[in-house]
Amino acid sequence: MKKYAYFPGCSLEKMANSYHVSALETSKILGVELKELDDWNCCGATAYFHVDELLAHTLCARNLAIAEKEKLDLVAPCSGCYKNMYFASDHLKKDPDLAEHINNALQEDNLHFTGNIKVQHLIDVFVNDVGLNEIKSKVTQPLQNLRIAPYYGCQILRPKKDSEDVEQPRFFEDLIASIGATPVDFPLKLRCCGGALIITSRTTALSMVRNLLQNAINSGADVIATACPLCQVNLECYQKQVNQEFGTNLSIPIMYFTQLIGLAFGIPAKKLGVGTELVSAQPVLTYAEK
Amino acid sequence: MPLRPSFSEEIAGLLHATHANPIKTCIQCGTCSGSCPVAKFMDYSPRKIIAMINADLKDRILNCNTYWYCASCYYCTVRCPRGIDIAELMYALKRYSIWKNQYKEGLVGPVFSETFVKTIIKSGRSYEPVLATSYLFTFGLQEMLMEAQTATNLMLKGRIPVLPPRIKRLENFKKVIQKIIPLGKPE
Repeated sequence: MKKYAYFPGCSLEKMANSYHVSALETSKILGVELKELDDWNCCGATAYFHVDELLAHTLCARNLAIAEKEKLDLVAPCSGCYKNMYFASDHLKKDPDLAEHINNALQEDNLHFTGNIKVQHLIDVFVNDVGLNEIKSKVTQPLQNLRIAPYYGCQILRPKKDSEDVEQPRFFEDLIASIGATPVDFPLKLRCCGGALIITSRTTALSMVRNLLQNAINSGADVIATACPLCQVNLECYQKQVNQEFGTNLSIPIMYFTQLIGLAFGIPAKKLGVGTELVSAQPVLTYAEK
Repeated sequence: MPLRPSFSEEIAGLLHATHANPIKTCIQCGTCSGSCPVAKFMDYSPRKIIAMINADLKDRILNCNTYWYCASCYYCTVRCPRGIDIAELMYALKRYSIWKNQYKEGLVGPVFSETFVKTIIKSGRSYEPVLATSYLFTFGLQEMLMEAQTATNLMLKGRIPVLPPRIKRLENFKKVIQKIIPLGKPE
């Protein structure tokens, strides 16, 4: 059983609790141990980097140093947390002066950053560390005929980290196929959900959300799968506001990939946090109850 | 002999943490603007803003919404044929505008970001109900009602925290921060 330092991030504590519980439930079946990072702090989201870059890196470095103490690779289910922590680690490794400055501050909490652990997104752990064959082998209720739009969003892929394909990725589609469902061709799968603009530039973000929902529905999707709590909230919780704003009548459930995998593993829907959504996931459940 | 850096030099200096090419190498191809999902809502597109920085049009830049409308999706960054980290440039402009305390009237972004930072310094984690106070006042009545309805529905589903979360070693956490920026007198 491979063990990781699990960094849930602020959203998963409440707003995206269904992602948290479904991540833990499905990991258990896949033989992955997610040990919650002790006393983790906020990654800084995007807002922190607007104000002070050095402090933003320090916030991330504290989490990285705690994981290092436990000698575990860090895994984040939130794309924003993942991107911040990944690049903080990258910058600190490439810039010894920056690392020294931040380490001097981290001493106050008896911590030290050396950069000897990996930072991964949860979907990367599922697809690459566990592997699609292993996932497939645990499926007891294949979600046959369920058409899922794979919504990558931004920060799993961008900025580019290594040699991965940032223009035409396939791993989310492959993951969907591994649980017996049908990935639909979703042209806007890499397009931004608006992120924090939902707060700071509401109309702009609502129009971005509208485009995504419309595009997924036009692609014939029954449900949009996401791997980020911010994407989930924007696409789901603001559907009603989108309809009010634009006079549309859009309606499509937005679920975490871990919830969909969980259903295919035969885990009861309630244990996956289903029931806390504002756009009912009921139509999806019928595919898992055959 | 100029001793003060020009505006474009200041912005270039703010990009120290990226390992990308300098903005001076921009060829004005417009790939960034074409890839940007928010460009049509911006006062000036990303391509224009780069040309404006290189032309040192500081006041016009400090009074536009462009970088506060950037959602940090990094499409421009991964596609720029000159390897300029444009999304990071937008961050640099946001920081510059906050330091100078100068931004276009009516923008929510700067106030929201500062409230967010204060929340984290206080408790170590983010807490939605406090953050909401930084932007709700900018909403019109209809928007306010819609937002209140969404919040109520989320609360009924148990998705809004009642109490603000706190990390355990908060004192140490604050001491770490104190070594990086001045926090003022301890509370």
